[in-house]
Amino acid sequence: MTTSTAEVETRLTRRISNFLYQRSRVGLALLLAPPTFWLALVYIASLSALLITAFWSVDSFTGDIEHTWTLKNFATIVGESTYQAVTLRTLGIALSVTVIDVAFALPVAFYMSKVASRGWQRFLVISMTLPLWSSYLVKAYAWRSVLSSGGILDWILTPFGIPSPGYGLEGTVITLAYLWFPFVVLPIYTALQRVPNSLIEASADLGGGTIKTIRSVVVPLIIPGIIAGSIFSFSLTLGDYIAVKIVGGATQTLGTLIFTNVGTANNLPLAAAIAFIPLGIILVYLASVKRTGALDNL
Amino acid sequence: MKLNKTASSTIALSAAALLVLSGCASTDSGATGMIQELGDNEAGISILAWPGYVEDGTNDPAVDWTSSFEEATGCEVTVKTYGTSDEAVNLMKTGEYDVVAASGDATQRLIAGEEVMPINTSLVANYEGIFDFLKNQSHNTVAGVNYGIPHGYGANLLLYNKDVFPTAPDSWSVVWDGASANAGKVTAYDSPIYIADAAVYLMATKPELGIENPYALDETQLAAAVELLKAQRANVGEYWSDYLLEIQAFTTGDSVVGTTWQVIANVLLGEGVNVDAVLPKEGSTGWSDTWMISSKTDAPNCAYRWLDHIASPEINAAATAYFGEAPSSMAACDFRDDCDAYHAGDADYAKQLWYWTTPIAECLDGRTDVQCTDYTRWTAAWQEVKG
Repeated sequence: MTTSTAEVETRLTRRISNFLYQRSRVGLALLLAPPTFWLALVYIASLSALLITAFWSVDSFTGDIEHTWTLKNFATIVGESTYQAVTLRTLGIALSVTVIDVAFALPVAFYMSKVASRGWQRFLVISMTLPLWSSYLVKAYAWRSVLSSGGILDWILTPFGIPSPGYGLEGTVITLAYLWFPFVVLPIYTALQRVPNSLIEASADLGGGTIKTIRSVVVPLIIPGIIAGSIFSFSLTLGDYIAVKIVGGATQTLGTLIFTNVGTANNLPLAAAIAFIPLGIILVYLASVKRTGALDNL
Repeated sequence: MKLNKTASSTIALSAAALLVLSGCASTDSGATGMIQELGDNEAGISILAWPGYVEDGTNDPAVDWTSSFEEATGCEVTVKTYGTSDEAVNLMKTGEYDVVAASGDATQRLIAGEEVMPINTSLVANYEGIFDFLKNQSHNTVAGVNYGIPHGYGANLLLYNKDVFPTAPDSWSVVWDGASANAGKVTAYDSPIYIADAAVYLMATKPELGIENPYALDETQLAAAVELLKAQRANVGEYWSDYLLEIQAFTTGDSVVGTTWQVIANVLLGEGVNVDAVLPKEGSTGWSDTWMISSKTDAPNCAYRWLDHIASPEINAAATAYFGEAPSSMAACDFRDDCDAYHAGDADYAKQLWYWTTPIAECLDGRTDVQCTDYTRWTAAWQEVKG
């Protein structure tokens, strides 16, 4: 009896695999259906919930959401100067973090991929990724103590007559630049590794100086890596609120505005409407990056 | 097939449906009414409270009034602390907490939102000993129905670094008009309710504005408060809502003056930091807290027994002494030696403090010729202040 059940099972399995082999599209569909469904649920459903919520309002006293359609939230974020100022500030922070990260990542990645010995290179890659193994919060709180008055930064800078930046805009930029650095350096490092050494040598043989070689040979080849890295640092900074709360002092960003509207003000609809600002900025950024054609080589 | 279609559209609008469902749930359970007698205890309760209200010895082995409750009742207590009343209201909306210790600016919203259930005070034996001036107040009673048991009350104080202020400041002006002397090292409470602190200062310094109650501000009065707060903003190094961050900021010297709770001053003094806290001459805002039970609770028996436990003189004395506030009963003073410092039981003193309450459009000071600014307006104003 047992053998026959096993036989039936093998026959069934074989029939199914035959069926799937002959109709490869069905197999593909079955394979892709669960992740697609999950993706649709997580991304599309939550995004549309966000979109819908932004058009509702909140009862000012009980804090319950009123399901009547209104454009009030969008009028608020477009019309009030607070939101314009915060948007510009957040954009400024995101741009500075990205510029700082790329500026530091380029020489470091170049050294790692082209100059360092094999063992040294491996050590550097590990030490670049090591911070990713520790918690985000630990790193942010570490920067809180580094930036505090009487902290390490203060101790180092005071002899030079420079005060520590302390908690605020500068502290936020420094902390976020540190937090996202691995995400920027790794894509650039990978891109540089794919640049053949022979190209650099050829440029030198043809009389190209260091600067000329970097500008005309290396940079055009690693642009996709730079852009991939910048997308990470830029988008992660736009949405961040935890580091801002810890080292930002009294600074408000889009992230903290959304946080206070959800947490403090209990105004989910307004928070949803504000969430459209970083979403819009990222879409514009991606569209402009796509125009340069850099995404084609990613 | 029809059913399938309905199901799929429900999934598509899952978030919307969830919101609607949670709305229904709160109205349904709100109608269940008052509990008449207590039954057997459940397995446990989860409590939402200000830091320092529910201590089980984890922070300090000597500070523990939860273990005795767990041993006596078998109800296991889990606790979550919060930093602002707004947070408390939001967390209560999740329905995950059985009991909440809420201040006056949260209690009214919780009652209006039907997040908490009416309380049968005859089931709380220790209710009788509680000060009369704490009972049947607008923040714990609506239309003659009690929604909670008073816990304690106190003032928001002025915390200062003694190195910077060798003599104790006696006025809030050090964080308002005189804040620029410590630019970048002033701190303030990060909640729209802090607008009332500005209003309290304006009541003393600009009587021509005619502010009678810091929670009843018309548009001109609010604009004056916002102007004062914006001037302060230039000198604020950090707004705090996480009390641990304020403790750290005063320890490192990143903040040297600002608003505080007694419990924060106590922790700092305990760590040997050179600070002190005073109640300035202008008076202050304060809080009067209430223990309430969630309307969605599945552990009402444990919840009622917790309310009685925390209201018992000995436990109430321990809890309120640790946080740094006046207890809820005279009997509790037998277990404390600092009741005079908090003016416990002094109804006249209690009236001088402006207890946190939710600002609403209908002016709380009785004016009928103007509309007052409500809490939503305050929230927007607060974001504008922070800029």
